[in-house]
Amino acid sequence: MFVRLVYESFRRQKRRKLLAGAAIALGVTVATAMIAVATDIGDKINRELRTIGANLVVTPQEDSLDLDIGGVNVKPPTDGAFLNESDLSNILGIFWHNNITGFAPMLPVPVKLSHNAHPINAILLGTYFSHPVTYGTDKLTTGVRTTHPWWKVSGAWPSDNSSDVLLGDRLAREIGATTGDEITVAGRPLHVSGILSTGSGEDGEIVAPLALAQQVIGRPGAVRRVYVSALTKPEDAFARRDPKSMSGAIYDRWYCSPYPQSIAYQLQEAIPHSHAEQIRQVSQNEGAVLTRIEGLIFLITLAALFASGLAVSAAMATAIFERRTEVGLMKALGAGKLAIASIFFAEAALLALLGGIIGFVTGSLLAHRIGESIFNSQISIQPVLLPVILAIAVIVTFAGSAAAIRRAVQFDPVFALRGEL
Amino acid sequence: MSTPNSQIARDLAASRATRPHPSMFLRMLLRAAVLRRGRAASALFAMVVAAAVTTAMLNLYVDVQSKLQREFRNYGANIIVVGKDGSSLPAGTLSRVDATLARRGIAAPFAMVVARTSDGQPIVVAGTDFRRVRQLDHWWSVTTWPSSALQALVGTRALPVVSPKNQAFDLSFQGRTIHLAPAGTLQTGAAEDSRIYLSLADFVNWTGVQPSTIEVAATGSSAEILAIMKELARAVPSAEVRPVRQIVEGEARVLGKTRSTLLAAAALIILTAALCVLSTLVGWVFDRRRDFAIMKALGASERLLNGFFAAEAAALGAIGALIGFVLGIGIALWIGRVNFHASVVPRFSVLPIVLLGSMAITLISAILPISLLRRVQPAVILRGE
Repeated sequence: MFVRLVYESFRRQKRRKLLAGAAIALGVTVATAMIAVATDIGDKINRELRTIGANLVVTPQEDSLDLDIGGVNVKPPTDGAFLNESDLSNILGIFWHNNITGFAPMLPVPVKLSHNAHPINAILLGTYFSHPVTYGTDKLTTGVRTTHPWWKVSGAWPSDNSSDVLLGDRLAREIGATTGDEITVAGRPLHVSGILSTGSGEDGEIVAPLALAQQVIGRPGAVRRVYVSALTKPEDAFARRDPKSMSGAIYDRWYCSPYPQSIAYQLQEAIPHSHAEQIRQVSQNEGAVLTRIEGLIFLITLAALFASGLAVSAAMATAIFERRTEVGLMKALGAGKLAIASIFFAEAALLALLGGIIGFVTGSLLAHRIGESIFNSQISIQPVLLPVILAIAVIVTFAGSAAAIRRAVQFDPVFALRGEL
Repeated sequence: MSTPNSQIARDLAASRATRPHPSMFLRMLLRAAVLRRGRAASALFAMVVAAAVTTAMLNLYVDVQSKLQREFRNYGANIIVVGKDGSSLPAGTLSRVDATLARRGIAAPFAMVVARTSDGQPIVVAGTDFRRVRQLDHWWSVTTWPSSALQALVGTRALPVVSPKNQAFDLSFQGRTIHLAPAGTLQTGAAEDSRIYLSLADFVNWTGVQPSTIEVAATGSSAEILAIMKELARAVPSAEVRPVRQIVEGEARVLGKTRSTLLAAAALIILTAALCVLSTLVGWVFDRRRDFAIMKALGASERLLNGFFAAEAAALGAIGALIGFVLGIGIALWIGRVNFHASVVPRFSVLPIVLLGSMAITLISAILPISLLRRVQPAVILRGE
């Protein structure tokens, strides 16, 4: 009898059920989409912040001082220590290797440059442009095109195993060279495949594949420094603690959190004789920006959950209030308060589940669309979210119906049937 | 058989049907709200919440840009003024830059040379204005800032070279020697770690070299920053003015994406709130179909009935919007304080949008059921069918 009452109520009052179900579906859609966006926004903004540049730098441990003025390093090429290029693939083997979005080795070499005129002094900067690196089964194509996205090239990017170079635009103007020209660097004729504009020191340099710079300096496998771009968690007081003073469990927790400090520590372990450090300008401010945006979206998600909860409650209250004659009839026929309430709650639960599933699907699609159109990448929905969302939908629907159901079972059947309420 | 009297009576009835007595109209509106307090209150509540959420979202959407721009200024300079071909800037450039900025940003001068330590190692020494650098480069991790003349800020990598026991040290440049006491150490993770920083006055006295770079952190949108760059280029024609491209581009990207996300969220929330109001109000008006039927049975015209329900809806929308606006400003202020540690400036320009939107949605939700009920005979409604 109970099942039949609920079934008939769905069969005969299609319009009302459709309205209430639509309200629930809409509320759940908004809630799902917002929760998905809120849980993923940190990662998305973190990736966007990587356009500001690498946040970690690895240098040789026993290095002499840099002589860097206005972005140009005037240190003699034979001075100081080098890192070994073959150790760089170890970067893909660290605990947080999935958080490494890219790295770029740098090897500046002072050279004589000539182009139809007297030779002048210039810096040849060897690096990866878009170089495949493998570590075990892990593969990453990396280089300045990932770590320095603000570098603009008119012409073509050179290939990493060619002897083509990029010419900084200030230097190109100075010597009057353009794309396609041949320049002589340290006695070798090189082809200029494009003109590079960066807005900083590299505008006055020649940028070449790393292997070429190593040949010029005569030190195969040598690298001066490596810039590493990693997705990190905003640092807190715990992140700043010294790993040497930590005990086992605390050390493990520190080691396994993607703080800039712990990733730097792991890079230092992976590359022999190296010193890794966070670039404070990038990593410090990143934390602040990230915390603000995450906080904002979190608060807005709360507002969205509140609004959708309210919409569901309002729809349920209206739907139940409209059925007071029905309640009056049931009561006149001798139904108890409990029986009536359980019918309404069963209907509410059914509606919540149906609307919740539909809402979850549309909400996932919506989150997907938002991810595609705003961030050009997918917002992934954890399947774990489904039971959580369904539970929230049922609770909110119950909470929204509770007041209306209580009033409905308290109606005097006489007035309800006469329609005087 | 039409007598003048019955003609007057008919005219009166006709005019009553279309234009009721003003006080009667008001009384009907008030009684409707007072007698069904619960339902009226829940409709008003839905309206207030919707208006509050909308106000808060619109306020935040407008304000988030300036709030985040402030966060991005912690990245330091976004404009660099350098002497052409690495030469020094002419004297008075800093004060001209300051005058051009006119409180729209901070500028800090830098002068650099390669000096020698007492054992002949080359080292980069820079002169700057520490007071300005502290405001510009928040990420500099400094143990103690120099406070008096001939004190130096030593980079963490330079420290073991010049002053391993934290003692005073000598530096020489073109035959002239300076004796410096280390005040504290500096750590940034970048080139600054290998340098020694002095106050600009000490530096110029010692080397005679004037600043060649002025770093500028200008505030504002990308268009405003572009305008500031143009003004700077005009004010200092002998220098090259260029943007720090990674900061400017990164900021534009992050701001754009955040605002788009916020817009999408605002659209979703406002839509939900509007639908909540719609469903509550439609239920409320439907509930009162007996009032509607009685008025119709007593001879009220359609225009009067529409007018009555429309006036009621408009009043509800206006009251709800006003209360909601105040509440929404409060929410926006709270979010600003909690999340950005700064107050969100209330935007009163949002009020007309919220007010008109609220009234439009209440009108739609009143007219929708009325137009459905209009086709039904009053007798059918009154019989309770």
